Amino acid sequence: MSTTSYSDIVHQGLWKNNAAFVQLLGLCPLLAISNTIVNSLGLGLATTLTLISSNVTVSLIRHWVRPEIRIPVFVLIISSVVTVIELSMNAWFHELYKILGIFIPLIVTNCAIIARAEAFASKNTVPHAFADGLFMGLGFTVVLVLLGAMREAIGFGTLFQQIELMFGEGATWLTITLVDDYRGYLLAILPPGAFLGLGFLIALKNVIDKRIGKKASQTVTLARASTENA
Amino acid sequence: MNNTQSSPFVSSTNSVSRVMLLVILALFPGIIAHIYFFGWGLMINMIIAINVAVASEVLMLKLRQRPILPFLADGSAVLTAMLLAISIPSMAPWWLIFLGTAFAIIIAKQLYGGLGYNPFNPAMVGYAMLLIAFPREMTTWLPPTGEALSFTELLNYSLFEILPAGQSLDSISMATPLDIVKTQTALELSLTEIGQQFQHVSGAVAGQGWEWVNMMFLVGGLFLMAKRTISWHIPVAFLSSLFICSLLYQLSDPAAHASPLFHLFSGATMLGAFFIATDPITASTTVRGKLIFGAGIGALIFIIRTWGGYPDAIAFAVLLMNTAVPTIDYYTQPRVFGHKDD
Repeated sequence: MSTTSYSDIVHQGLWKNNAAFVQLLGLCPLLAISNTIVNSLGLGLATTLTLISSNVTVSLIRHWVRPEIRIPVFVLIISSVVTVIELSMNAWFHELYKILGIFIPLIVTNCAIIARAEAFASKNTVPHAFADGLFMGLGFTVVLVLLGAMREAIGFGTLFQQIELMFGEGATWLTITLVDDYRGYLLAILPPGAFLGLGFLIALKNVIDKRIGKKASQTVTLARASTENA
Repeated sequence: MNNTQSSPFVSSTNSVSRVMLLVILALFPGIIAHIYFFGWGLMINMIIAINVAVASEVLMLKLRQRPILPFLADGSAVLTAMLLAISIPSMAPWWLIFLGTAFAIIIAKQLYGGLGYNPFNPAMVGYAMLLIAFPREMTTWLPPTGEALSFTELLNYSLFEILPAGQSLDSISMATPLDIVKTQTALELSLTEIGQQFQHVSGAVAGQGWEWVNMMFLVGGLFLMAKRTISWHIPVAFLSSLFICSLLYQLSDPAAHASPLFHLFSGATMLGAFFIATDPITASTTVRGKLIFGAGIGALIFIIRTWGGYPDAIAFAVLLMNTAVPTIDYYTQPRVFGHKDD
């Protein structure tokens, strides 16, 4: 397993094995919190940080943890990481922390994290585990932010509202109002909007995969035809 | 040419388009009563809805690479559009109808695989979506006097959201009888007091205008039953369950609970019983299942009207029972002749 290349890790994390698109893990925070870009970004980055830390720690101790008790050990590691993140967010991003609320401590139940610890970090070297945590987390964050952008644009008619919660008052200029006097579309902000939005995003990913697959098979047949002609 | 037909001598084939045509025909008495009491808004809404429905259907069939004409000719999209337009307040901006109809056809019908594959009643999905997303626009009902707004005034509102000078939405619109009963009983007013205070809406049994609209939908529904287009099971189970529930509560506390007749002839009860709950695709298919399905909707309507957050409940009750249909059908499979029941 230690032969996994970094480009493969990137491809797996961001596209082929994306935690939100393909594995459909961690849907509870994904669906509950993704109603604005800022919320999505906050939760996505917190999850990424958790993934990196837990992956690195698990990988560090992989030779000394007996397989019989590995799951409780992973759970302990993940929960302590999440506790640290929760406390630091409470200290430095208090307003955002209040909005995300229960979903910060609930990162601990995100199956994507324990799945990566079990399936990857416990069998790979520390740098690989770090890269895997980073790109799995980024893949999750990208989907979360995409969904957040869709729901915010349709639901509120804005982008990056409340950005000052993350980057301070200096960033308020980033908030874009797409439509003036927008009535709002409540459905996009409510949970059904999250389910519909994620459904459409997954459909889009499948369409792109299909196009790529078609192109690849075409080039294969072309190559075969040219070799046969030769 | 006097060709003699050979057997079988089956008189008619009940094709999908014939069924849809009959149902559309049977809607007309109710539609006429609706227009008489609430003005020409319904006509405007229906024209918008039908156009949007047909356009969405064509778009989705094209995207799904299905033949367009045979699927379009079955008339189901037109029926969905009409049911949705009837459910929406007659004074509504065009985009409300547009969004609701497009949502009903594209998401609730075509994304599930088109006619015959959708688990939820498309018109009711569109209605529920609108009610959740636009509560204010979806509750501005005109008073049932028939002359609250003229055709051009309604058209002006539909297209540009311009109201006649000096009028506001609140001064024109009026709470429906169901709404009044709900909010006033919550304020601990007895029903006789409500009747005295709101005489202009109380009517003979269930609110001026509303009772006639319901009566006309009942007439259309009975016509469909006589034509054997719909079976009696769902409407009868639906209406009797609503009747029994409301009767029990009225007997226990007549001051706080409206009469069974009020429940049967207000809101969209008759439209729901004969035209919405009987949708052959989303309703239960077995005989016992149909009875359970209808009775469940009736009971849910009473529950939501009495204790829920909305004054009327046809859409939510139908959608909730739609989710139960696979289970109901599974447990009510008729015994195959010659096999043991186990």
